[in-house]
Amino acid sequence: MAGTTSSNDPAENSPRGGDLVKRHRLSTRIWHWINAFSVFVMLMSGLMIFNAHPRLYWGQYGANFDRAWLEIGNQGHIGLVRIGTVKIETTGVLGYWKDKAGIPRAHAFPWWATIPSSYSLADARIWHFFFAWVLALGGLGYWLISFVNRHIRSDLLPTRAELSPRHIWHDICAHARLRFPKGAAALKYNILQKIAYLSVLFGLLPLIVLTGLTMSPGMNAAWPWLLTLFGGRQSARSVHFLCASGLVLFIIVHLLMVVLAGPINEVRSMITGRYRLPEDAAK
Amino acid sequence: MITRRKLIGSIGAATGGLLLSGCDKINANPGVRSILTSAEGLTMRAQRVISDRNAMAPEYDRTAMSPIFRANGTRQPAGPEYAAHMASGFVDWRLAVTGLVNHPLSLSLAQIRAMPHRTQITRHDCVEGWSAIGKWTGVPLKLLLDLSGLRSAARYLIFHCADAYGASNYYESIDIIDAFHPQTIIAWALNDQMLPVGNGAPLRLRVERQLGYKHAKYVTGIEAVASLAAQGAGKGGYWEDSHDYEWYAGI
Repeated sequence: MAGTTSSNDPAENSPRGGDLVKRHRLSTRIWHWINAFSVFVMLMSGLMIFNAHPRLYWGQYGANFDRAWLEIGNQGHIGLVRIGTVKIETTGVLGYWKDKAGIPRAHAFPWWATIPSSYSLADARIWHFFFAWVLALGGLGYWLISFVNRHIRSDLLPTRAELSPRHIWHDICAHARLRFPKGAAALKYNILQKIAYLSVLFGLLPLIVLTGLTMSPGMNAAWPWLLTLFGGRQSARSVHFLCASGLVLFIIVHLLMVVLAGPINEVRSMITGRYRLPEDAAK
Repeated sequence: MITRRKLIGSIGAATGGLLLSGCDKINANPGVRSILTSAEGLTMRAQRVISDRNAMAPEYDRTAMSPIFRANGTRQPAGPEYAAHMASGFVDWRLAVTGLVNHPLSLSLAQIRAMPHRTQITRHDCVEGWSAIGKWTGVPLKLLLDLSGLRSAARYLIFHCADAYGASNYYESIDIIDAFHPQTIIAWALNDQMLPVGNGAPLRLRVERQLGYKHAKYVTGIEAVASLAAQGAGKGGYWEDSHDYEWYAGI
């Protein structure tokens, strides 16, 4: 019996390479697309808000007379990013760039990276604080549903075996060679995916919401512990920016992986939930 | 020569440009804007549900103060009238309390400074993102409102200011909840000095649970009203009217 494909074979019921299988739950799919849109709005309106004061500090206070650890600015026609004592020239992209009409502008992030595209702190805030609700409530809903339907426990939490350094190193090497899991193994998240998704789900997203709230003077009166947690409003603003950078990095790698793993199949699985398992290597 | 920076710039411009020309149209659409701005009311209600109406903004000790307190917005009101007040040390400055009150007031700076005062070291948060911590001294707004006999029909206070923005003077407004908050004061001193001109001399509002633009400077009058509709474009403040900044600036 072993190795054959008789209909009595219990292995017949488990999916194999080439099969079209159900992969993503409806809650995951809905949350994914709401997030995909709102994260972009949040990032781009956030960059416009940053443009209003393109300096980051540590501590409770921080304004122009105080020492910023990061600054995006310009000296004449030269755009500059300063991190600590290191200065990097960024003319054309950051600090000094030309807008749609070719007019030079001395704002931190360029017009193509911000919402709206021409300087308006007020409009950026309108977008940011609407989609903040979408992102936060959506995330909270997804958290609750994923605990109840065991998505987190059965799909996302790594097993002990997966957490062995040997296994993690093996997966890193496989990814580096662009060798992705085939057949039934592609149905489960691999350890690197699990780490990435968990660190976004329980790291970056909660942190970015909490640091966002810490910047609100109303919230500081309501929940003063937020300031204690992050060491001040300006520290929270820095952490907020760093978390947003982390999300950008996640999105870049995520999109790259989608393209490398087969974009049509991957995108279909996130729309209809159906995913065609990659053919087994042995076939 | 095509540098990497130029390449990033042009790729960004090409993709961003396509998306953003659409985004900017959406941004200008009145229907979309009314949906987006609806979040302001939700945010205000949510913040007020989870906090007591007298929940205090954090107060700091002396060691936490900014070495230099940044001034923003108008730093020097224009016109001969303000210049004359400056020259005389604001001895003739009057603060009027009018509108829906039983006893309209017109108080001199000396009268205001003789009233009980509150001193608080608080953090000033600009809508732009920076913060400065300073020590403010002033009369609790509640005392002025009690003195003037605020009527029950009053729902908002409008703060009239001496500094001009374009054709009209700066103004701001807060509601009754913030008006009676223990930290809401009409400040006349910053860091133990008479209020500097850049920070709103001789009188400015401190409404500590909201962003900087709500803290009206160069205050000449407080008007109690039932609705904000009659003032300016009706949105409750200069920045609200002119740029669509939120009236509730608690975030």
